[in-house]
Amino acid sequence: MRNETHTDKQEFNITVYTENHIGLLTRVAIIFSRRKINVESLNTSPSEIEGIHRFNIVITETAEVVRKIAGQIEKQVGVLKVYFNTNQDVIWQEMALYKVPTDVIAERAVVERLLRENGARAVVIRKDYTVFETTGQREETDNLIKVLEPYGLIEFVRSARIAIIKDSEGFHRKLQEFEQSEPGDEVVENEYLSSREKVFTM
Amino acid sequence: MLTKEKQAPASPREAKTISGAEALILALLEEKVDTVFGYPGGAIMPVYDALYDYTAKLNHVLVRHEQGGIHAGQGYARSSGKVGVVFATSGPGATNLVTGLADAQIDSTPLVCITGQVFAHLLGTDAFQETDILNITTPVTKWNYQVTDASEIPDVLAKAFYIARSGRPGPVLIDITKNAQLQQFEFTGYQPCRHIRSYKPKPTVRHEYIVEAAELINQARKPFILWGQGVMLGTAEQEFKAFVEKSGIPAAWTILGAGALPTDHPQNVGMLGMHGNYGPNVLTNECDVLIAIGMRFDDRVTGRLDKYAKQAKVIHLDIDPTEIGKNVPVTVPVWGDCKETLPLLTQLVEAKEHQEWLQQFRKYNDQEVEAVIQEELFPTSEEMTMGEVMQQLNELTDGNAIVVSDVGQHQMVACRYARLNHTRSNITSGGLGTMGFALPAAIGAKFGTPDRTVVAVIGDGGFQMTLQEMGTIMQSGIDVKILILNNRFLGMVRQWQELFHERRYSFVDITSPDFVKVASGYGISGKSINRREELRMALQEMLSHKGSFLLEVMVTKENNVFPMVPQGCSVSEIRLK
Repeated sequence: MRNETHTDKQEFNITVYTENHIGLLTRVAIIFSRRKINVESLNTSPSEIEGIHRFNIVITETAEVVRKIAGQIEKQVGVLKVYFNTNQDVIWQEMALYKVPTDVIAERAVVERLLRENGARAVVIRKDYTVFETTGQREETDNLIKVLEPYGLIEFVRSARIAIIKDSEGFHRKLQEFEQSEPGDEVVENEYLSSREKVFTM
Repeated sequence: MLTKEKQAPASPREAKTISGAEALILALLEEKVDTVFGYPGGAIMPVYDALYDYTAKLNHVLVRHEQGGIHAGQGYARSSGKVGVVFATSGPGATNLVTGLADAQIDSTPLVCITGQVFAHLLGTDAFQETDILNITTPVTKWNYQVTDASEIPDVLAKAFYIARSGRPGPVLIDITKNAQLQQFEFTGYQPCRHIRSYKPKPTVRHEYIVEAAELINQARKPFILWGQGVMLGTAEQEFKAFVEKSGIPAAWTILGAGALPTDHPQNVGMLGMHGNYGPNVLTNECDVLIAIGMRFDDRVTGRLDKYAKQAKVIHLDIDPTEIGKNVPVTVPVWGDCKETLPLLTQLVEAKEHQEWLQQFRKYNDQEVEAVIQEELFPTSEEMTMGEVMQQLNELTDGNAIVVSDVGQHQMVACRYARLNHTRSNITSGGLGTMGFALPAAIGAKFGTPDRTVVAVIGDGGFQMTLQEMGTIMQSGIDVKILILNNRFLGMVRQWQELFHERRYSFVDITSPDFVKVASGYGISGKSINRREELRMALQEMLSHKGSFLLEVMVTKENNVFPMVPQGCSVSEIRLK
């Protein structure tokens, strides 16, 4: 809010905890598209808490813009909490798959060594091709492309980024707060409070 | 969680088997809805069929176009403070709501719109009158949801009303497939919603910020209050007045804030923004502490942001934390409902009178009166001005009417000059600037507040966008005064073309039908005048006429609305001519 002079763009990891509701992805996505911000990576998956989904979104923006966007996302009905962190504040990984011709691998043992050096492992070995998998940060997965390209890399795919916030107690306590936040006098009349999941799981 | 026995939930009523459509009607009745604006069609017919048995309890107003329906819902909500309810069918019925939804979203108007949808098994097949209304309306609703099973209806409706009216209000759209409307299910009663874990209507009030804000205010030599519609949305008019009066600070309003403090209150120094008053705009760039209450620093208020109130420390009170610091950097963010935060602040501020500082506003006001207002309200020109019409209207209504204005030059004139003694008396399309808003919104306002005089002030352009709603007036037999200020131009566009496009009047010369004859076709009495001598009598006739009345006043063609902050200029560069 105050003394904010973060005008330099950098990668931010936005973590969004949501209800598992149809249409929320659109609501979140249009917050970026409306401001003409390109989403570099987007992962959505169930979180450690049943019924709660977790989005990991990567964008390159200034801290000020990211703060405003995070507020806009958190404001949506169905969104429980939004965090945003720089790369230094998170532990992040991406997974990559590489398909290479098996005969080249078989003939040239050096490749196998390179794979070991890059922390990759074989997922599938077939007569015509082999699929390797590696997990790491962007430059690590990029490195293996460079290594494999001369040996006839057929196909490559990389997953969206997933990130865990270093300085975080997880979301359990926060969720309890949301569920038990002072409901006020009137709320006790609402018989559905005790079976909220049943009522509002949509 | 139950702390008191008397608050224990009532035992569930005996289940009865009813249709989804009937459950919807029962939900509306439980939410104390008395009026629905709508238009039937194929995909919402089961709801209309269910409504047929409840017409004694629930008044349905048949509009002539769904856009008219949703603007009526907005007018109803804005005048009464209740949630406006709108019915429309699928496909074109639903898409015709989009403008009104966008308008309600940006102006924070509580609405619950119910749209019919094709059978669930047809979804996604390009069925007859199918549109993906959920995805179409996602950017312009506070929340939307599609019901495909009747048993969801009671809880979804409860949630819809809760979301629409709580926190920063807004429009909600519930799309119900036809099978869900027809489906019979075990209805066990309706329970209003008062808590959703993933929705926080109000932020927690941070007392340290209240203390900081009060300290800043107490030290300020030239503090200045800007207020918006949030004061009314929070029903905090009394709390606001108490704060203004104890602190002695001059206060100016945004277009949607008009009326929260009576026009003639000594500390009400006028309107902000592009066509606002001279003093509040100039002095925004001289104040030392700016206190923004329930307003969102729209670009029409701030002008050039990089030159806006740079010298001032800014305190911003808002229920929506994302508005704080969105456009203008804030020194002290006061999160919360202003009904809660204002009394806390009032308690801590010292009682003061900023007479010398107020005097500066009055000095600028005198300049504005001399350069603009005097000639607008009491013209010496032969042709009538929009300002003098408003002036005469003020005198005849004694500032007690609800003024519903459309969009354009007349809107700025109406909002600048309307005398408002009561809250919720200025209804206009602020953020979206929707031409065609006023006539249907006035119809809604009359249904929302039947005891008050409702005057729709409309330009000749805007009136032609939704004039078919005179049919709604005819059929409902309600009393709406329609005041058309006809300058035979799309006046605001023409003004910009004159000032910024070298008078190249590109397609702003609009021809109109004989409005009085058109009204007559709808059974509405009317009159058209073009001489000053007729004005007062004609206004008197309109106001005292039993039932609706259309008065067309031919006003001067090429009049400009001044003062004006030209686009791209600082508010202190406001021009008097």
